[in-house]
Amino acid sequence: MGIIVDKEKCIGCRKCMKSCPFESIVMEDKYPVIGSSCTNCGQCVENCKFGALSKSEEGSAEVDLGLYHGVWVFAEQREGKIMPVVIELLGEGRKLADALNTELAAVLCGSQIGGLAEELFAGGADKVYLADAPELENYTTDAYSKVIEEAVNTYKPEIVLYGATHIGRDLGPVLAVKANTGLTADCTKLEIGEDRSLMMTRPAFGGNLMATIRCPKHRPQMSTVRPGVMKKAESIPGRKGEIIDLAPVFAEGDIRTKVLEVVKAVGETVSLTDADIIVAGGKGTGGPEGFKLLQKLADKLGGTLAGSRAAVDEGWIEKARQVGQTGTTVKPKLYIACGISGAIQHLAGMQDSGQIVAINTNEAAPIFEVADYGIVGNLFQVIPAILEALEA
Amino acid sequence: MKILVCVKQVPDTNEVKIDPVKGTLIREGVPSILNPDDANALEAALSVKDKEPDTIVAVLTMGPPQATEMLRECLAMGADEAYLLSDRAFGGADTCATSTTLAAGIRRVKDVDLVFAGRQAIDGDTAQVGPQTAERLGMPVVTYVQDMEMNGSVIKVQRQLEDGYEIIEVQPPCLLTMVKELNEPRYMTVKGIVDAYKKEITVWNHEDVELDPENCGLKASPTQVFRSFTPPPKGKGVMLEGTAAEMSKALVEALREKHVL
Amino acid sequence: MSELNSLFCTEEHEMLRKLARSFAEKELTTEVLDKVEETGVFPQEILDKMAKCGFFGIKIPQELGGAGSDCRGYVAVMSEITRVSGVASLYISSPNSLAGGPLLLSGTEQQKEKYLKPIVTGEKVLCFALTEPGAGSDAGSVATMAVEDGDYYILNGRKTFITMAPLSDYAVVYAKTDRSKGSRGITAFIVDMKQEGVSCGKPEHKMGLIGCATSDIILENVRVHKDNMLGELNRGFTNAMKTLDTGRLGVAAQAIGMAQGALDEAVRYAKERKQFGKPICKNQAISFMLADMATQLDAAKLLVYRTAYMMDQKLRASKEASMAKYFATEACNEICAKALQIHGGYGYIKEYKIERMYRDCRVFTIYEGTSQVQQMVISGQLLK
Repeated sequence: MGIIVDKEKCIGCRKCMKSCPFESIVMEDKYPVIGSSCTNCGQCVENCKFGALSKSEEGSAEVDLGLYHGVWVFAEQREGKIMPVVIELLGEGRKLADALNTELAAVLCGSQIGGLAEELFAGGADKVYLADAPELENYTTDAYSKVIEEAVNTYKPEIVLYGATHIGRDLGPVLAVKANTGLTADCTKLEIGEDRSLMMTRPAFGGNLMATIRCPKHRPQMSTVRPGVMKKAESIPGRKGEIIDLAPVFAEGDIRTKVLEVVKAVGETVSLTDADIIVAGGKGTGGPEGFKLLQKLADKLGGTLAGSRAAVDEGWIEKARQVGQTGTTVKPKLYIACGISGAIQHLAGMQDSGQIVAINTNEAAPIFEVADYGIVGNLFQVIPAILEALEA
Repeated sequence: MKILVCVKQVPDTNEVKIDPVKGTLIREGVPSILNPDDANALEAALSVKDKEPDTIVAVLTMGPPQATEMLRECLAMGADEAYLLSDRAFGGADTCATSTTLAAGIRRVKDVDLVFAGRQAIDGDTAQVGPQTAERLGMPVVTYVQDMEMNGSVIKVQRQLEDGYEIIEVQPPCLLTMVKELNEPRYMTVKGIVDAYKKEITVWNHEDVELDPENCGLKASPTQVFRSFTPPPKGKGVMLEGTAAEMSKALVEALREKHVL
Repeated sequence: MSELNSLFCTEEHEMLRKLARSFAEKELTTEVLDKVEETGVFPQEILDKMAKCGFFGIKIPQELGGAGSDCRGYVAVMSEITRVSGVASLYISSPNSLAGGPLLLSGTEQQKEKYLKPIVTGEKVLCFALTEPGAGSDAGSVATMAVEDGDYYILNGRKTFITMAPLSDYAVVYAKTDRSKGSRGITAFIVDMKQEGVSCGKPEHKMGLIGCATSDIILENVRVHKDNMLGELNRGFTNAMKTLDTGRLGVAAQAIGMAQGALDEAVRYAKERKQFGKPICKNQAISFMLADMATQLDAAKLLVYRTAYMMDQKLRASKEASMAKYFATEACNEICAKALQIHGGYGYIKEYKIERMYRDCRVFTIYEGTSQVQQMVISGQLLK
C-alpha cells in the first residue's frame, strides 16, 4: 500500500478514517488499516495531527527519463478546423516548454489538412508532426492512436497534452496504454516541478477535492486539459516552423471501427438538476418580456432557464422550472438570480450552487446574503451589459 | 452471447459537503451507489437480453468486499452472474493499473463477446478505464455511446460529440462505454432482490486472475497523487460597483477566472 | 442499515427499502402528486411501473407469480412509498393484502390461477367488500344475502366504503348464507364487477387519500356460480378476519412511513425557517417537539417490525398486529399534527407537503379496524 501507518505515533483517534473520501480506512485493534479502495490521495496524511501516516517512497524510474524532450500538443481538428482548445493548449504548452527550455510541437492528423500547420506555427508551435492520409479523415481511435504511438516512440516527447474533448478523452487513454505511461484527466492547472516533472492538478470527487498528480517514473507525461481553462496562445501570423511528415501507413484490419456519418445537432434542453448553469428569474423580471431577456442570457451561456415561485405563480414560466422548497432543489456550477428577492423558500432550493450571482434593484434583498457576486441594478440594463461583456 | 458489464461502487459525490469551517470533506452519511453511467451500461446489456433471452449478462467490479452490495443490486436488476476482484494488491491503482486488473478479470470470465462500461465514474471523472481496458484486451473501443443498434454481428452506435454525434459501425468482440442519454436504467424488482440473495458472487484475488502483484495496484500505477486538497472555501460575496457595463465586465472576468464560464 | 432495522431485518429487506425509496423519489414527484390531488385520478403509467417492480405481489409466492418476499419486505416497501405518498401505497396494499389475502388463504388452485395471478401482474384489480352501512366494526352483522339456486347463489345487498370499487374488475364479497348463525353464517364469493346486477355508487368525497376512488357496491340479484365461492360454506368470516390481521400490518406500515415523511419535513422546515433571528429549531419548544416525534416514531417502528418478524416466523401475531396498528396509527396522527404545527401558517397551505399528510393519515386510525376495535382485540386477549 502507498500509505504507511506508524503505530508508535498513532493514538487511534480515527480522524484518518473519517477524512478518507473513499471509505478505505477501517480501524483494527485501534490502528488504521488501509483498504484496497485507497487511491493514495493523501487526505489521511494531511488530516493526521500526529504524523503517524506517511506515503511510501517511490522506486526508481522505469525508463531513462533523459531520453525524452519536448512538449507536444494534440492538434485536434474536425472537418478541417482546428478546435479552439488546441490554441489554449499551445498557450499553456509554450509556458511549459519555456520552463523546461525545450521545444513545443503539435501533432496534426487528418486528410488534406497540411494547410492547418500555419495556424499552429502562429500559435507558437516550433514543429508540426503531420500525419496526412485518407484513413485519418474522420477520427477513429485505432487510426489516430496508431499514428501517434509510432511518433511518440520515434521522437520521445517529454509531455503530451490533449484537449479533454470527446475525442481527446478517447484517444489519450488508449495512447497512454500503448506508450506504457500515465495519463491525468481533465487538468485545470499544469506546472513544472523542481525535478522537471509535470505537476497536474485536477478536480476529483465531484469537484469536492483537488488533486495534484505526477507521473514520476514514466514518459511521456500525458494529460488531457479541460477546454476553456487555459489562456489562448496569442497568434503571431507568419511565424514559421518545421513540418515533419509522419507518413502514416495503414494495413488491412488496422482500423476496426467505421465512421458512417457525422451528424450535427443542437443541444437539447437539460433538466434543472443536471444543469451546470441556471439563469433564474423572479417577480422582478416583470413579466414574459423579462424572461425572454433571461432566455437570451441562458442561451448565450449554454444554461437553463428557471424561475422562483412568484414567477411561476404569475404564469411567466412553467411550474416544472420552479426552483425552491416546493419546486426543485438545484446545485449548478453557476446560478444567476435575476429579480429574485431571496425568500427562504427559494434560498433553500439553490444555496448550495457553486457560484451565485444576484441581480436585484433592492440592495437589502436577502438574495445578496448568499450571493458570491451581487449587482444592484435594473436587470434590463445589467443583462444586456453582461451579454456584451461575454462577447468581449 | 455473453455481455460483461464493468461497474463500480462510488460515493454519491452529489451528497458530499465541505465543512465550511475546517474545509474538510464531510464523508459521513454519504451513500455508496452504483456509478450512474455504469447503470446505463447495465441497462444496455439487459435490454439486449430482453430481446435475446439466451444472452448472459455478467457484471464485474474491482473493489473492497463491501462492493458485493452493489453487485447484488446489479443481480436484482437482472444480471445473471457477478464477479468481484478484491485484493489488497489491487489498492491504490490509477486508471492504467485498474484496467490491467479488469482486463485480467474479463479474460478469466472467458468467452465474453461484448464489454460494456459507463463513460466515467463520478468519484474520479476520468473516463479512462474503459478505453484502457479495451486496449489491454485488444478490443476496438467506442466511447460516449448514446444510441446502439445490434444487427446480428454488426453493431451500429451513435457516438456523442459536443455538437452532435457520429454513427459508427463495429463488430464484436468490442468494448463500448455508455453515456446517460443512451437509456433509462430499470429498477430492481422485488423478485430480483429475493433471487439475488440466492445467487453466488464470485470473488477473485490476484492469483485467481493470474496477475503478479507487481503488475497491479499502486506498484503498477504510473501516475501518483502528489497531494490533494479541498478547494479554498468560498469567501464572503462581493458587491460589484460602477456602471452596468463596468459591473458586467468585472463579473464576467471573475467568473472566467474561476473557470465557471 | 440503521440499528433499529437491523434488529429485525436482513440486507435483503434493506435492499427492498432502497428500491422503494428510489422509486418513490423518482416517480412520485410533487408535480405528479399535485395532479393526482387535483384530478382524483392516479396515473396508470405509474401503476404499470409498480407492477413491473413487483410491488403488487411482494409476499405472494413465486409459484403464483409473486415475488416471494415476506412481511418485513412488505413493510419496508409500504413504508417507503407512504413516506412520499399515502394514496400510492393503497395501490400496493390492495393486491398484497385485502385483495390477494382472501384468495391466498382460501382460494382453489384454479381460483388462484384465474384471479390472483392477474392481480399480481397488475392486469386486473380486485377489491375487498366486507363493510356495509350497518356493519362496520361489527363485521359479523352483514346483511347482504346469498341464496342457493341450483349451481348458483343469488346475491342481494349493499357494500359501502369499498376502496377501489369503481376501478375493480372483481370483488370478494362477504354475504350471509345462513341467517340463523351470525358470523358463522358468512361465506365469501368472487364477483365479477361487470356482471349483470352489479353496480357502484358514486365515488365518495373523501378528506384524504385522494386519487383512489372509494364507493358503494350494489348487488341486485347477482348470480354467482358455486365455482366462485371462496373457501368453504359459512367459513367466510374467518377468511375475512385472517385477511384483516395481515391488513393491519399494512396500515401500520403506512403509518410509520407517513410519520417518517412528516418528521423529515418538520426537521427540514425547523432548520430552514428563521424567526427572531435564528432557525426555529433552536427554540426548545420546537426541538423537544421533534424529540417527542422521533421517539414515538421509533417505538411505533419497533412494534411494526416485531409483528412482521413474528409473522415471518409463522408465529401467531394477532394481538401484536393490533398493537402495532393501534399505536403506529395514533402516533402517526400526533406526529403529523405536530409537524403541521411546526410549519405554522405554511402548514395550512396546500403547497406544503405536510398539509396533505395531515389529511391522509387521518383514516389510518379508522380503516381496517378502528383504534377502538384494536383495543378490543388486545384487551380481549389479555382478559381471555
